[in-house]
Amino acid sequence: MQPDSHAFIFLNAFLINNFVLAMFLGLCPFLGVSGKVKTAWNMGLAVIFVMLVSSICAYGINALLVRYQLEFLRLICYITVIASAVQLVEMFVKKFSPALFRTLGIFLPLITTNCAILGLALFQTNREYDFTQCLAFSLGAGAGFTLALVLMAGLREKLELADVPDVTTGAAMSLMLAGLLSLTFMGFAGLGG
Amino acid sequence: MAEDPRLPAQLSWDTLTQGIWKENPVFVMLLGLCPVLAVTNTATNALAMGLATTFVLLCSGVLVSLLRKIIPKQVRIACFIIIIATFVTIVDYAIQAISLDLYKALGAFIQLIVANCVILGRAEAYASKNKVVNAFVNALGMGIGFTFALLCLGVVREVMGFGTLFGMDLFGPEFQPWAVFALPPGGFFVLSLWLFLFAILRKRGERRKEALHAA
Repeated sequence: MQPDSHAFIFLNAFLINNFVLAMFLGLCPFLGVSGKVKTAWNMGLAVIFVMLVSSICAYGINALLVRYQLEFLRLICYITVIASAVQLVEMFVKKFSPALFRTLGIFLPLITTNCAILGLALFQTNREYDFTQCLAFSLGAGAGFTLALVLMAGLREKLELADVPDVTTGAAMSLMLAGLLSLTFMGFAGLGG
Repeated sequence: MAEDPRLPAQLSWDTLTQGIWKENPVFVMLLGLCPVLAVTNTATNALAMGLATTFVLLCSGVLVSLLRKIIPKQVRIACFIIIIATFVTIVDYAIQAISLDLYKALGAFIQLIVANCVILGRAEAYASKNKVVNAFVNALGMGIGFTFALLCLGVVREVMGFGTLFGMDLFGPEFQPWAVFALPPGGFFVLSLWLFLFAILRKRGERRKEALHAA
């Protein structure tokens, strides 16, 4: 596959350089919301949507900033726009699905400080993707995030039944699991070569 | 680091130390994990990241504390984020000017300091409610605690993964590097092991306290 083809960009963000397991982006929700598969899935959907919106916004802003040679304002603009996009999603979800809103709870506003979203905007700028490539990249990254979150939630649901020593409960165990998942995902490294 | 006698009375030693140990942002509160895992494959990167984060923590803490009576309650989060983003931009350009190699090694993670929950958390929970001096000392403690945690990971990962420390060869040419420690999974494993260690230490401390009470 061509390295700048849309399929490769999608696959790269989805599996090979998974945002959570290979680039360590968005770890807070990854550890916080991965208790149940259902919640993880909802959170994943919210993140995919926010990623898509903020990727499009970031593309537009970057074009504008480059045109007026204001690149040093990039970070400030990105973070402001992403915060507003999250607000928008929050209002949208609250209106159309109050049940989903309650499930996501505190984590929807927290997407603002989710580095995966900002990371996506920064990476697509650094790699100079064009518009459709940005779309493929954000969809791949969102799908990869959801995949990692759901896999982790599945593991943790099983883990609740396991008999482990006292000191190994909680975050330490989750991180160990994440390490194993990450090790597994390294197997995708040669994919699409 | 000596205590400054000019500081006001209500500022206790605790203001500084709670960030370093009792409320260590990484090991206790599990905040800001992304840079902790992403840039700690060598001790040098870990130190640079820790210092950059400390700088942003200090500056944003002081500025938020200075402006705490001016910023309206409703838009405070947005204001904090913009203040933080300003200092992160400064750090970003500064590192680029000082060392291009370091800038390339840390990549987008310098700019991602802006999304580090430790900094926003400090601004919201401490700096916006306290005097400038307190905010400064508290941010310094948090920064030291964060840098300490990064170094804990960075040192282990560099020694195991490359057989070096701050770029110096430790074991000689026969050493077989344990590559997984330098790769992404190693970050998860090393942090997890540190957490195990601290959980065991905490358990032991509690047991000792109980034994004292019983006696």
